[in-house]
Amino acid sequence: MAQGLRPRDEGELQAALAWALAEGQPLALRGQGSKLGFGRPVAAGQVLDLSGLAGIVVYEPEELVLTAGPGTPLSEIEGLLSQHRQQLAFEPADYGAISGGPAGRQTLGGVIACNISGPRRVKAGAARDHLLGFKAVSGRAEAFKSGGRVVKNVTGYDLSKLMAGSHGTLAALSEVTLKVLPAPEATATVLLLGQDDRAAIAALAQAAGSPHEVSGLAHLPAAAAARSQAAQGRAMTAVRLEGPTPSVRHRADELVKLLARQGATLLLDAQASFGFWQEVRDVQSLLPADRQLWRLSLAPGAGPAVVAELARRLPALDYYYDWAGGLVWLALPPTEDAWHPAVRGAVASAGHATLLRAEAGVRAAVPVFQPQPPALAALSQRVKASFDPKGLLNPGRMHPGP
Amino acid sequence: MPLAMPEPESRALVNRGALADALRRFLPAAAVIDDAPSLRAYESDAFTLYRQPPMLAVLPQTTAQVARILRLCGELGVKVVPRGAGTSLSGGALPLADGIILGMARFNRVLEVDYANRCAVVQPGVTNLAISQAVAAAGFHYAPDPSSQIACTIGGNVAENSGGVHCLKYGLTTNNLLGLEVVLMSGDVVRLGGKHLDPEGYDLMGVLTGSEGLLGVVTEVTVRILPRPASARALLIGFAGNEAAGDCVARIIAAGIVPGGLEMMDRPAIHAAEAFCQAGYPLDAEAILICELDGPPVEVDDLVVRVEAIARAAGAVSLKASASEEERLRFWAGRKAAFPAVGRISPDYICMDGTIPRKALPQVLARMAELSAKHGLRVANVFHAGDGNLHPLILFDANEPGEAERAEALGADILRLCVEVGGVLTGEHGVGVEKRDLMGTMFNEHDLDQQMRVKCAFDPDGRLNPGKVFPQLRRCAELGRLHVSGGRLPFPDLPRF
Repeated sequence: MAQGLRPRDEGELQAALAWALAEGQPLALRGQGSKLGFGRPVAAGQVLDLSGLAGIVVYEPEELVLTAGPGTPLSEIEGLLSQHRQQLAFEPADYGAISGGPAGRQTLGGVIACNISGPRRVKAGAARDHLLGFKAVSGRAEAFKSGGRVVKNVTGYDLSKLMAGSHGTLAALSEVTLKVLPAPEATATVLLLGQDDRAAIAALAQAAGSPHEVSGLAHLPAAAAARSQAAQGRAMTAVRLEGPTPSVRHRADELVKLLARQGATLLLDAQASFGFWQEVRDVQSLLPADRQLWRLSLAPGAGPAVVAELARRLPALDYYYDWAGGLVWLALPPTEDAWHPAVRGAVASAGHATLLRAEAGVRAAVPVFQPQPPALAALSQRVKASFDPKGLLNPGRMHPGP
Repeated sequence: MPLAMPEPESRALVNRGALADALRRFLPAAAVIDDAPSLRAYESDAFTLYRQPPMLAVLPQTTAQVARILRLCGELGVKVVPRGAGTSLSGGALPLADGIILGMARFNRVLEVDYANRCAVVQPGVTNLAISQAVAAAGFHYAPDPSSQIACTIGGNVAENSGGVHCLKYGLTTNNLLGLEVVLMSGDVVRLGGKHLDPEGYDLMGVLTGSEGLLGVVTEVTVRILPRPASARALLIGFAGNEAAGDCVARIIAAGIVPGGLEMMDRPAIHAAEAFCQAGYPLDAEAILICELDGPPVEVDDLVVRVEAIARAAGAVSLKASASEEERLRFWAGRKAAFPAVGRISPDYICMDGTIPRKALPQVLARMAELSAKHGLRVANVFHAGDGNLHPLILFDANEPGEAERAEALGADILRLCVEVGGVLTGEHGVGVEKRDLMGTMFNEHDLDQQMRVKCAFDPDGRLNPGKVFPQLRRCAELGRLHVSGGRLPFPDLPRF
């Protein structure tokens, strides 16, 4: 068990970082450890355990805003919101199971640090779009804040965007304020069956371009579809609708009409729909567990071509699409290099690829995050240094070195 | 009121001629403006209280030209103020005596409309409305719609993170961007994002959005385009008091309804608008709400009935739901004309832009009435009630000695009030020079230092739009210094394991 510190408030967090700064002691930031396998292995002898900075500070349903400590379990927040028929609209996925940690344990801070979202990303945005403000302590051991508690705010730089997706390499969060939204009254999913990738992504583009306000657009080719609880014996192309009951009913009818021209359709009711999108969101059940896992973010229309290119080059490709083709989950047989030259070669300029699951040795040797052109990499490094000049926070997490 | 701007540097002023010559070596003659009458066109943006002609105005047309201009200015110690259409209400494009205006108006092409990926790639000088127009035939639009959308450019929208009346449902600029090409002060060109979602590495596009031209010059923008809602209807609801109107807003949100637009106007604004364009507003009401619901007709009709019931329960004294597109547009006509309408009843006005928690609205309006009386100036309020963004219009006459100063003082008091009730200084107009010196009411020294350190990462010599946003400029070397205080843990009981 690593040694570490477990602050209980912002003052203690600041003190912990002041100590680390004075000692030159790098720290591995951790909530519940559900995503320890996400990113490169961190080179730090001490753990900064943020699970003590937990609890919901303020929740004002009529203001659509919630403030909580970063160590607050996400399940606690989602439970409270659902009592008020509200939700985190970005639908944070639980990567616990796929990244080697426990499922159902992740904290708010981890969700923000990894900028995690789910299938509703296409309509509602990612974690970054719902982070209204935060308090944190930087690698300079200075407590600072940014943003506020209101949606419309352009006062000063939007540092919330930098914090979301920084994997704990800029500052340690001490408080997080989120925008929350009403939960939809009704939900339904239209399935189109038996399509190949190209036809499926074209159908999803048609749905996304329709005025039916879709909130989920996924395609499971036959192999992945067979693992779903909603399995229909062939590929499934799924479009989710959410909103007031009469509206969902109407839009579902319209979408069935639209998609029926292309093939057989099926309507999933609310309960089946909920289960299906949870599978799509959390990945674990739809792809084999013993594979290395890549997450590709692409221009949606490019999805099938990138996958076809990979299928030509790689053995035993297993995958599915979310975000209308813009998110591809790719499972590959384990190798030393995680096939990264082939994966990144196929992605080329259509987006970027992240190695989401591989053993630690592989993640240390292979660029887990998309390598950047020199000018951009240098700028990112200067931004990092502006928060954490000594490289104390999660060193090595995103790139080799501090 | 005197506005302290960075002291002009003699080195830059001395280099004016050399810079103009060097620029003309790679730019067409008409792209380098150095005569005084022409430069006067750039001396302010839509925040007209302060004016300053720039040293030169330069109008590039390509990314390579922008890179060369920035590198050259860096070498000659010249500051750079980027400018789109100059519609900033906070002085974001106010020139500096020892700086050039970098006018981006010639970057005016829609480069690509990509329906398969539901995005458009445009140059920064394209107007906000032109993007929606370019995709309208296919049933799409670009969602953020600031009220200056006919004139304002998408580059300016990125710099200011512009909003509009549909933010609550469709987000701000930052929520509708996919990619940027940006030139740094060093002349380096970086591409952020693309046609995919979520950036690789740090979200530099996110921090550039709303950075008010202090971090980089945007030379290309990829925006998300969305299908236009199938239909829309608006309700025009009158109330006998601001409290009841505020209560109605809270009830609509609490019922789980997210309107496409939810606007409020107070009595002075109602009367000014009605006199201007006869929108049919109830003149006996203290406040009106315009609530727009959009989506498929079956959904909109259902929600109209629900909102009508909520409004009655909240004590509405008048209630009309639009029965035709023409009527819906008439309800909006008064709101959209509120600024010129106020301009007609007062020689001058300034438009403020604080955001408050919705629940604080009645309290803020009551306090604002007191402040208005204290300063002896009238205030009319239009309010994006759905997202808490207030636009108090302070009426004054610049020809009356002292009135402009009083208007600014009243504006500052109103913004302090916004912060005091848990809100912020600016919802969508930006800090610029207008609210710069109030930043200390929201942020402490550590907060501001960290923001300025980010600025240093992008622009270490502080040449890009200095004098905006931050009340006091500090040198990057000074900001970078580390303060290490002893190795002992001051909290001996800090849990260790």
